[in-house]
Amino acid sequence: MEDINRFGPELALLIAAGLIVVGDVTLPMRGGTRRVASVALGLAGLAVSALWSLVLIVADERGNAFDGLMVVDDFSLFFNFLFVGIAAVIILASVDLLEKSRFRAEYVALVLTSTVGMMLMASTVDLIAIFAALELQAISFYVLVAFLKDGRSSEAALKYLLLGAVSTALTLYGMAYLFGLSGSTNLNDIAAFVAGADSGTRPALVLAAVFLAAGLGFKMAVVPFQMWVPDVYQGAPTPVTAYLSVASKAAGFAVVMRVFVVALGHGLISSDWSNMFAAIAAISMTLGNVAALAQSDIKRMLGYSSIAQAGTFLIGLAAVAANDPQLLLGTSSVVFFLGTYAFTNLGAFIAIIAISNKIGSDQIGDYAGVARRSPWLAAGLTACLLSLTGIPPLAGFWGKFWVFNAAVRADLVWLALIGVLNSVISAYYYVGVVLKMYTQEPANDEAFQPSPYLGLAMTAAVVGLVAVGLYPAPLLDASESAAAVLG
Amino acid sequence: MSVNLEHYLIVGAVLFSVGLYLALAKRNFVAVLMGIELMFNAVNLTFVAFSRFVRSPNPLDGHVFVVFVITVAAAEAATALALAVLLYRVRDTINVDRIDLLKW
Repeated sequence: MEDINRFGPELALLIAAGLIVVGDVTLPMRGGTRRVASVALGLAGLAVSALWSLVLIVADERGNAFDGLMVVDDFSLFFNFLFVGIAAVIILASVDLLEKSRFRAEYVALVLTSTVGMMLMASTVDLIAIFAALELQAISFYVLVAFLKDGRSSEAALKYLLLGAVSTALTLYGMAYLFGLSGSTNLNDIAAFVAGADSGTRPALVLAAVFLAAGLGFKMAVVPFQMWVPDVYQGAPTPVTAYLSVASKAAGFAVVMRVFVVALGHGLISSDWSNMFAAIAAISMTLGNVAALAQSDIKRMLGYSSIAQAGTFLIGLAAVAANDPQLLLGTSSVVFFLGTYAFTNLGAFIAIIAISNKIGSDQIGDYAGVARRSPWLAAGLTACLLSLTGIPPLAGFWGKFWVFNAAVRADLVWLALIGVLNSVISAYYYVGVVLKMYTQEPANDEAFQPSPYLGLAMTAAVVGLVAVGLYPAPLLDASESAAAVLG
Repeated sequence: MSVNLEHYLIVGAVLFSVGLYLALAKRNFVAVLMGIELMFNAVNLTFVAFSRFVRSPNPLDGHVFVVFVITVAAAEAATALALAVLLYRVRDTINVDRIDLLKW
């Protein structure tokens, strides 16, 4: 029973997903009721899941479950709340999209199953379970990306699926060698092996680490596994793009932190993977930002910008192992940054959904004069873009500030400098969109408002963004206690 | 001459490389999927070999992992083939090179 209790937040979502699909087939309902029922049941499942996580905290039910396959600790609980919150906002933002589709129940159910996959990615501590969680998330996303079933959406899904499957195979090959070396699939056993390993096993360990990083780099969307990002972001339905860019990336970083910091963090290869991540961080930031400058489609632009942001997260990870006593600083800065990035990017994508629904285009050129037609949406999008740039007092500033702080403390000053320079480059294209909205003449003067669901989701994201910006202490404390369990 | 762990690992590495080459070089969507299957099976071989030779309190974990990989690969193949059917309906081709509405 204890196991089931600790699995509760995930179980609630799985049950809700099952009920949605079965109920949609068996209950006689008209079209409108059907959509409302799926969305309401999905949100109810997420609420139950969040409450269950809260109960786990209040009752202090932290500990192992299922024979050490998964663990409930501050790290997994932090990500439980993060993913549940993101999924709720995504379901709200998808209501307009679902109006046009026959497969409403399936959409909501797939959002829930991928949320379960991501929650498990943050809470499993055994390679077998990590693999199963990765694939639960990935396969749900393949279907979601293809949801529009038109040429672009199915092409995006094709590219995502092929590259995703190859990256899964690479991860598995790394896992196979890790198992072969240590004789265990449990991360703590692997950590014990790595801590006591002699230097003869170093080449094989490095090989395993490189394969693991390659496969997981695909989830985090960093160079050299970033090719899919712009295409998939452009072709997928925009709410799914938002979900991918925020949640899937955060889940990828959660797995990397579990595997690299816990299992490979203490011992002879920690400086190897730290250097590797530092190099990947520098290249990802630069390539993402330079490519984003040239984009004319706003979803592609945010795709490249998300590659650059992923590079910035990696600075924090590189800082983890470069300086062992600073362990907490590096991981907690990444966790904190992932939290602020969630608000920021979600807000930006929701504003884009609302604006594109009305002007019928994703081209940046067509955003001219949006501020005059819809002042609130333009203000929201501006706040999100400025936060992505890292301008105080918005949440994104603190995220970057802590990551750079961790890098400087870990003697990675050059990496922090590259990060700051890249923030300057990114300001050019983020502020470019803002200027377009505020200074140029609109094609027509017709005012518009976002739908109530989108308005609600947007308000939630922007309020979070400003609140964390003005008062970052609670989120910072939460991310510090989350990072502490990895130590 | 007895067959040792190294032999299995070499065969596994060769299979994995062949699979990776197929996945990257083939133009037909279904052929790419076959390359990916080959990569998964190379992983399975590696796991089973390690499982047999490794000194560990629970060496069967490798076998368990293989069962998981086989199951998940089947789910992934099912999704991929459904996508191939969808693509063929929308675009009249499953040649990866000719599916290029979005610029790479």
